[in-house]
Amino acid sequence: MSAETTAEVQTPVLAVHDLRKKFAETTALDGVSFEVRPHEVVGLIGENGAGKSTLLKMLIGLAQPDSGHIELRGTRVKMRGISQAGAAGIGMVFQEQSLIPNLTVAENILFGAEGGAVVGGLYRWKELRRRAQVQLDKIGSKIDVDGLTEELSFADRQLVEIAKVLATEERTNAEPVVLLDEPTSVLDRDETELLFTQIERLRTRASVVFVSHRLDEVLRVSDRVYVLRNGQTVAECVPGDVDEASLRRMMIGRDMEGSHYGEEDQLPIREEVRLSVRGLSVKGVCDDVDFDVHVGEILGIAGVQGSGREELCRGIFGALATRGTMTLDGEQITPRSPRDAIGSDIGFVPAERRREGMVGTMSVAENITLPHIGDVCAGPVLLKGKERQLADEWIERLRIRTPSGSAPLGSLSGGNQQKAVLARWMVSDSLKLLILDHPTRGLDVGAKSEVYRLIRELTASGVSILLMADSLEELIAMSHRVLVMKDGRVTDVIDAPAGAKPAPVTVLERMI
Amino acid sequence: MAPARLGQAPPETGRASTTRSRRRTTLLADFGPLGALVLLCLIFSVMSPQFATWGNVRNILDSAAVLAVIAVGLTFVLLLGAIDLSIEGVMATAALSVALLVANTRNDIDLGFLGILAAVALGACFGLASGMLSTGLKIPSFMTTLGMSAIGIGIATVLFAGVQPTLSSPELAAWASGQWLGLTRLTFVAIGVVILGLLIQRYTRLGRYARAIGGAEELALLSGIPVRRYKTLAFTFAGAVYGLAGVMVTIQLGSGIVQAGVGQNFAAITAAVVGGTLLSGGRGGVLHSIVGVLIVTVLVNGLVLIGVSPYVQKAVQGVIVVAAVAITAWPLRERLRVVK
Repeated sequence: MSAETTAEVQTPVLAVHDLRKKFAETTALDGVSFEVRPHEVVGLIGENGAGKSTLLKMLIGLAQPDSGHIELRGTRVKMRGISQAGAAGIGMVFQEQSLIPNLTVAENILFGAEGGAVVGGLYRWKELRRRAQVQLDKIGSKIDVDGLTEELSFADRQLVEIAKVLATEERTNAEPVVLLDEPTSVLDRDETELLFTQIERLRTRASVVFVSHRLDEVLRVSDRVYVLRNGQTVAECVPGDVDEASLRRMMIGRDMEGSHYGEEDQLPIREEVRLSVRGLSVKGVCDDVDFDVHVGEILGIAGVQGSGREELCRGIFGALATRGTMTLDGEQITPRSPRDAIGSDIGFVPAERRREGMVGTMSVAENITLPHIGDVCAGPVLLKGKERQLADEWIERLRIRTPSGSAPLGSLSGGNQQKAVLARWMVSDSLKLLILDHPTRGLDVGAKSEVYRLIRELTASGVSILLMADSLEELIAMSHRVLVMKDGRVTDVIDAPAGAKPAPVTVLERMI
Repeated sequence: MAPARLGQAPPETGRASTTRSRRRTTLLADFGPLGALVLLCLIFSVMSPQFATWGNVRNILDSAAVLAVIAVGLTFVLLLGAIDLSIEGVMATAALSVALLVANTRNDIDLGFLGILAAVALGACFGLASGMLSTGLKIPSFMTTLGMSAIGIGIATVLFAGVQPTLSSPELAAWASGQWLGLTRLTFVAIGVVILGLLIQRYTRLGRYARAIGGAEELALLSGIPVRRYKTLAFTFAGAVYGLAGVMVTIQLGSGIVQAGVGQNFAAITAAVVGGTLLSGGRGGVLHSIVGVLIVTVLVNGLVLIGVSPYVQKAVQGVIVVAAVAITAWPLRERLRVVK
């Protein structure tokens, strides 16, 4: 894995010297320098707001530095846009993918760089397919070049993006630099493993910059790691010399107090059953699922994509049609719509925060009161004063960092947005069950701890939680028990009491 | 609880900047149109001595009345992220029906004020139909409202039956042409509708939910908002308001004609968008649209006053409208990379 031996003598493929950038009064980058040597995988870590995204934008020409410069293969370059960066051999695999869903894989791979595949403005399909196939072969992928991109899984689409970046090779006659922005954030365990294999393969013909929140992954795949904090590169380290804890410390700049997941706050499971699910099926995706959730319990649901766990949760929330019986606190419920479920005091925090979780243009207060607007209404009339009071109370309780309750939610940081989304359900005193679909997705370490703390607080007050998490580690650490699903069925229920957490592999074995 | 505070300090700087820049763009989006309106007024004042007279201001306000009423209704539909092209048809039907239901030259019916209410209710029925078709059959509002418009014009043509009904009630004409504070009563009706619209937008669930649905429909569903019901409600309110606009035009003209609403679709959508109520939904509001209405009206008025030939006025209007939209959308250009 080590590239030190080869890298020492060569000029770096990409070198960044003292980049600085100010937006209005705030400094986004305050002196970032780093270099990427040929065939090297460089990890880049930092909290949200540390400057990672600004840096990436500069590398592909979506932002210009105020001072400092970028050198590509020894010559200074000025990037003016993605296409220019692509022509120079820097390509980025975006966190929120950049493929056009209704075009074929081949069209996407060569999009904007068709070369000889377009003659006189007309597509030469055969040539296009051939060229696209060459790129896919480089990464050993079996994806059909004629397939529609929207029909691929997320992981496959990511591979297509990588192939797209590799397509620059032919134009530049030089090995490209591939920027991977949080590539694993929406991948399963297996898919992540596949991606890592790809990265290993990739390094034989390219240099890779790997940006991630997940320190374990960064340590695993990178030859060297740079730590960004407050817009500066504060450390450069080699994975063998540092561990996760010390990286985390460098990222935050302080010690992490208490445990990350608040395991010490995990209370023993109570006797009373909150939700009892029997023979629940969602057509085509999950079949005959039985489980119980106790009062104040966090039940983790593990499973790969396609295991039916997302659909199961949406079914319980009434967003998908189900068959089977559900009993909540001894009373049978049949939620036919989210509205019914909310009426039975069930809440749901969806994974796609920006699309399903919040209205960015509406204020923090308006977002908080959305599902329980009746509490701040007299008939059809909104009581603004009451709403403001309620929102302020929750902003204070959850320590949501916002200029005021009337600031647009979209202007807050991810962690604070998520706290407001949680507040939306916590507002109700009668909340019984909260379904959390990847509640910490895309959040930085500090914000994650806060969300974990809130989840623990909720369970202490007797709310039951159904949790789907970003990583198995997180899932196991947070849960009282882990329900394992595979192909729409429950394969196991594994106890995860505080102090005696099962190893991830135990859960993994039952997932696949 | 200590870990809670960790990791909050560093992101703070970054967040403050986004908050500030967002706020700045929001300010521009919110107050840009107002600035444009002021600028237009200044330019016309310089170019024409008659523009800045009290008489002309009254003139502008009076001629903005009908469009303002329409824009209030349209705003709620646009906030939802839907569109309403039924304005012309609804106004036509309302115009003909009110002309036939109050004292007129065609028949002996004279329902008086009830006739006006009936026309407004008819407009509401059109809106209800558009809303139910859109939400029930999941047909895009673009199509349903276009269809409703054609139906409206069809009904109006049948009611017109080749003989124009002229209002014969002297009281109605007297009331409408009567003035308070130098403005016609119809202008006060429009102001009333604008205030009603503002109240609905700010203080009712309909206003709140319209923005939520336009901003993120999936979220609205997952938050248990009866999305279909509120969409239909917004269309119904809009329909009622277009009905009222049809009535206003009929009173102004003194007779009911099929062409009562001609050109209002374009004018109203232009006004809303120029004012900052975006077609993508979730942004803007009644006040934005009203500023847009004033921009459009001032433009027409000012062009006449500075002596632009009527033959080229329409074209000049078009150019200025496109320019105005480009300017108001300028602060958003970073985010609106893709425009369809």
